[in-house]
Amino acid sequence: MAATILHGVGATTALSSINYNNSRRSLPERKRTSLVIQCDGSLSSGLNISNNRGAKLSTNAVAQTKQENVTASTTSKPGLRHELLLFEALREGLEEEMERDPHVCVMGEDVGHYGGSYKVTKGLADKYGDLRVLDTPIAENSFTGMGIGAAMTGLRPIVEGMNMGFLLLAFNQISNNCGMLHYTSGGQFKIPIVIRGPGGVGRQLGAEHSQRLESYFQSIPGIQMVACSTPYNAKGLMKAAIRSDNPVILFEHVLLYNLKERIPDEEYVLSLEEAEMVRPGKHVTVLTYSRMRYHVMQAAKTLVNKGYDPEVIDIRSLKPFDLHTIGNSVKKTHHVLIVEECMRTGGIGASLTASINEHFHDYLDAPIVCLSSQDVPTPYAGALEEWTVVQPAQIVAAVEQLCQ
Amino acid sequence: MYIHKRRSNKEIIGGSITKRRKIDGRNQNEHCEATENRVACYRVLDDHGYPIAGTTFDQVDEETAVRMYKSMASLEIMDSIFYEAQRQGRVSFYLTSTGEEGISVATAAALSPHDIILPQYREAGILLWRGFTIQDFANQCFGNEDDHGKGRQMPVHYGSNHLNFFTVSSPIATQLPQAAGVAYSLKMDGKDACAVAFTGDGATSEGDFHAAMNFAAVMEAPVLFICRNNGWAISTPISQQFRSDGVVVKGQAYGIRSIRVDGNDALAVYNAIRAAREMVVREQKPVLVEALTYRVGHHSTSDDSTKYRSLKEIEEWRRSRNPVTRFRKWVESKCWWSDEEEAQLRGTLRKQVLKAIQIAEKIKKPCLEDLFSDVYEQVPSNLRQQEKSLRQTINKHPQDFPSDVPLH
Repeated sequence: MAATILHGVGATTALSSINYNNSRRSLPERKRTSLVIQCDGSLSSGLNISNNRGAKLSTNAVAQTKQENVTASTTSKPGLRHELLLFEALREGLEEEMERDPHVCVMGEDVGHYGGSYKVTKGLADKYGDLRVLDTPIAENSFTGMGIGAAMTGLRPIVEGMNMGFLLLAFNQISNNCGMLHYTSGGQFKIPIVIRGPGGVGRQLGAEHSQRLESYFQSIPGIQMVACSTPYNAKGLMKAAIRSDNPVILFEHVLLYNLKERIPDEEYVLSLEEAEMVRPGKHVTVLTYSRMRYHVMQAAKTLVNKGYDPEVIDIRSLKPFDLHTIGNSVKKTHHVLIVEECMRTGGIGASLTASINEHFHDYLDAPIVCLSSQDVPTPYAGALEEWTVVQPAQIVAAVEQLCQ
Repeated sequence: MYIHKRRSNKEIIGGSITKRRKIDGRNQNEHCEATENRVACYRVLDDHGYPIAGTTFDQVDEETAVRMYKSMASLEIMDSIFYEAQRQGRVSFYLTSTGEEGISVATAAALSPHDIILPQYREAGILLWRGFTIQDFANQCFGNEDDHGKGRQMPVHYGSNHLNFFTVSSPIATQLPQAAGVAYSLKMDGKDACAVAFTGDGATSEGDFHAAMNFAAVMEAPVLFICRNNGWAISTPISQQFRSDGVVVKGQAYGIRSIRVDGNDALAVYNAIRAAREMVVREQKPVLVEALTYRVGHHSTSDDSTKYRSLKEIEEWRRSRNPVTRFRKWVESKCWWSDEEEAQLRGTLRKQVLKAIQIAEKIKKPCLEDLFSDVYEQVPSNLRQQEKSLRQTINKHPQDFPSDVPLH
């Protein structure tokens, strides 16, 4: 269960190493301040920054994340945080954006008064009405198309797929229209849509409900893809995705919705194109995202005990890859291990491997190792299902082998 | 169909229903294949352009009628010249509206300029009515730097944000669910406008058509669905597309008010669309209009329809059931148009189109940068890198790179 994951990982779910100081910047049109936090700790009020590149990695955070207890390490003022679960963080981000901009609306199956299958939209229909939080009939291609049409006419819709796997039915709209219309219309129409939903392997949900859509969508030009993994980054990425004028697909994970964390009270927005330094180290760069982050961190504990110092990066941005952060890490450690939930063939790991080889070949002391799920549909039987997902023991073994 | 149950009407979901006593294969309720009881078709002018006695319709004033006729004739001429240009190799592809000019022009005349159009691909008449110039059409077909679409789409895939005309997207019926979204947006803003989504007969087989209709009905979205039933989907005749009585009956299945109109009768189309649009905007509910017509031309320049239908059939529709001629006869009968004006229109327009083609041909193509812009709101680093890499390749092999694409 999600609780096990939380228990096993401890402090590392609490905060990313992103450090920010508490300076306030007031913006005339907003009542509260809002910060976009970059990896290097620099702030900006700008959004949709596609080319931001921090100068260096923050060193401050190293000391923080090596502590084992959950601490509010990145704010100077205590008490300015509140605790919530990941699905609540998503909702909070969504609600703040709906409050801020009347063009933001939600559509999907059972998102209205039912509050969504994973309760991400709970209470929103009561607050904003059932036009802004719209229940749709069961036709994914159609409500995604509807979202696209609404976006082209000036709204900022969030389309919820009850399960990411169902969005395969929306592939036509996502690929042929969502990704393309800004380009084929010569820039006349923009599509600031967010498509989100839970994916990944759950607990015995069966093959059709255990899809990793990021593999299939990664090739579509014109879209951005991000994956959240903590309440903190879930809220920040949700807000960033809504504010972005590009179509963004936000991948959530079925098993991470009940993760608990203390997040800042103050408004914040994260960058869509940046990776998150989870644990700095020097022996090996471990690249991962979503649920596998927790398996990696669990393995990291074992590795630390064995004397290894892995650097763990949650890549977060699946399209485009944050090659700046990843590159800096590779240049430091010279060894790369990718841990993903996608299948071996054609997954995010496959693309990332190719990308790192292409850009940082000279810095590698060993071939890149990629741990992925096998190319099989996810079986229903619990034990079999467990063996299709990369486990901490395999990660430990891989690092040991890589660092020989 | 419900089998009689010994329960009260209140317990049957969906509201009360009259009971029946038995299942009977001979009962006409089971027969829904298209038989003799076909839905009637609204028509105002007969084949010779005379108003049919007993029909109700709103008169169109002289100015509108003449403008409608001129647009229809212009569309006809523009289509034939662009088609020829493709045959001569000057344009890579083209698609005509031949035989269907009445639908797009009369619809455009009946709508408000604020109504948002989601076209299929045979609705150039609407753009023409709304002010897209002949030069604009030519620029798009030649994909030059003056094209609003920056040369990225195939010819006839026009788009104009300014004229409320969504860019044409090739996959069939994808615009239909988007129409529900547009209507949803208009509803949220409380605007006095509706979404108008076009589809052909073939597109009604796509899942998107059905889901979009269902959505629009459930959401009470102000969408006007217009189906140009022209009898052919490339080589597939409607008898192989569906077995229902055309498209108009499909609206009923979704609880949408539907009307069938003679698409080659521009006056009937004008009246029907006007009434439908008013209903859509006032009641904020969708309406389906099936316009019966015939695709006189080939599907596109990639098709030769004589391979699957008789020349005789095509010629019959082209000559004696031509919507442009029919409307012309009506306009002339009102003394609003004459042969001299006809000759002048045709002469001037022909020259205008030829000139536009000549000009469009000479305008340079969009520069290399436009290959990478607009994929995202701002050009991301990976695309910048790809552009750099491409430029390096071009520098090394300039002779292999097309000479008419400017590098900057």
